[in-house]
Amino acid sequence: MLESLLALGGLVLLRDSVEWEGRSLLKALVKKSALCGEQVHVLGCEVSEEEFREGFDSSINNRLVYHDLFRDPLSWSKPGKALPGGPLEALRALDKRTGSGPATIALDSLSWLLHHLPCPILCQTLHALSRQDSCPGDTLPGEQVRVLGLLHEELHGPGPLGALSSLAQTEVTLSGTMGQASAHILYRRPRQRPTLQTQWFSILPDFSLELQVEPLLESQPPSDLHTPSVDPTTHLTFNLHLSKKEREAKDSLTLPFQFSSEKQQALLRPGLGQATSHIFYEPDAYDDLDQEDPDDDLDV
Amino acid sequence: MFPELNNLLNTTPEGAEQGKLTLLCDAKTDGSFLVHHFLSFYLKANCKVCFVALVQSFSHYNMVGQKLGVSLTTARERGQLVVLEGLKSAVDIFFRPQEEPHPLQFLREANAGDLQPLYAFVRDALEPVDCGEAAWRCPVLLVDDLSVLLSLGVGPVAVLDFVHYCRATVCREWKGNVVALVHDSGDAEDEESDVLLNGLSHQSHLILRAEGLATGFCKDVHGQLRILWRRPLQPTTPRDRSLTYQYKIQDKSIFCCEPSSEPYSL
Repeated sequence: MLESLLALGGLVLLRDSVEWEGRSLLKALVKKSALCGEQVHVLGCEVSEEEFREGFDSSINNRLVYHDLFRDPLSWSKPGKALPGGPLEALRALDKRTGSGPATIALDSLSWLLHHLPCPILCQTLHALSRQDSCPGDTLPGEQVRVLGLLHEELHGPGPLGALSSLAQTEVTLSGTMGQASAHILYRRPRQRPTLQTQWFSILPDFSLELQVEPLLESQPPSDLHTPSVDPTTHLTFNLHLSKKEREAKDSLTLPFQFSSEKQQALLRPGLGQATSHIFYEPDAYDDLDQEDPDDDLDV
Repeated sequence: MFPELNNLLNTTPEGAEQGKLTLLCDAKTDGSFLVHHFLSFYLKANCKVCFVALVQSFSHYNMVGQKLGVSLTTARERGQLVVLEGLKSAVDIFFRPQEEPHPLQFLREANAGDLQPLYAFVRDALEPVDCGEAAWRCPVLLVDDLSVLLSLGVGPVAVLDFVHYCRATVCREWKGNVVALVHDSGDAEDEESDVLLNGLSHQSHLILRAEGLATGFCKDVHGQLRILWRRPLQPTTPRDRSLTYQYKIQDKSIFCCEPSSEPYSL
């Protein structure tokens, strides 16, 4: 799984949450890159250098260059221990440092950068950083730069999340169930349809990755086979069933407001069988009786 | 402090872990009992405590502290406890020259900028001094509570930055602890509160969440306490362990039980 995440290059977005943290996966990817012989630059905003390097052995730590934005990112301390120029310059400086050879840049975290830099500027800098300006054909395999960005989903609105998502070649959303972590991975390979893959995994204490099988959802408790289902239509004081004759009579019944051709004929020609009705009318003294048919002028 | 809570957290004043950020959170209930617990806990553990008390007066905390076995007045007099009494200081700030820095400086500004003056106050209060006498065990910052800063106009990112700096200095550099209370309003439209709560949760090692019962008020069970261990300090310990208990607060103690058992059986 780690190889496929690192294979595409460009921006790899790791979206985590409070419940399913992503820093261990980020460190696993950093370890994998370092073991492949690449130099890894880490822009650390959320944890100290000691904490980030914890769990790595010396061979990995030697390949890891930590740019410390954790101790004094906003130049509040005196004397200042801050990186010159603040977070934006620190981010841009990474571009110059990875000039030669394949390199991996880990941003821990993009959420911190998004809180302190305007979203458009951050997106432009990421775009430049992951060498997406040049055509894929121009970039030699040796110059491929990979940017791993850790993003805490709950801290941002849909706008910034969407903007970063559209920049990413690979997007990993971390979740899980029943104590087992899973990664939903979206690959955006050039000139191909995006593909989605789900992988269950666990990170070992030395930050190597172990794949897991999907945990079986606990089956529903088996429906009680001992107690037979009760038929509610038994023992009723009224009859719910129809006999054959009753069913036939019901089916042949014409509903009063259903207009069929027979009914139309019956209305137009009052038959002998129909009871005729008379209307007896006693006009008042002031009634205006008009013998003309009021519907004469209707053009029906 | 509540010894029962110590048992649940598997800790004692003598063996308290260092370098941790503990997040206290309450939803639909009052989580201030956790603040009183940790205040008395760290005073008994012989730590130097800086208490940013924005919600209640000093005498209130002192009264509750005495029930839990500590005297805040004595601790303050001997230099173990530094208190920023927010309710009093907020008024003082308008009656002093503007040039003098004040921890709650943001109250005077049209745009409540950042909390650097408050961080400077915490740093000056807890900075270890080599004066030859018996040193305190480790510095501890306790904040009651951070949601008040949001309602005073400070942005959530500014509060997160303040906690970040406290974590970098108090936890990492001086191997101390930071404990802060945040309210979960439960209001889906309160984005600032959500950003603050989630941002702090990502930074925390331990989260204690006091929740009201879903079924409403109950005489015998005051609420539910969820304990979540995140970011273990040793890579070999299991990650993200969580426990849930129901609790009832008494005058000087707290009863906790597993949710499934009857509270009457305690």
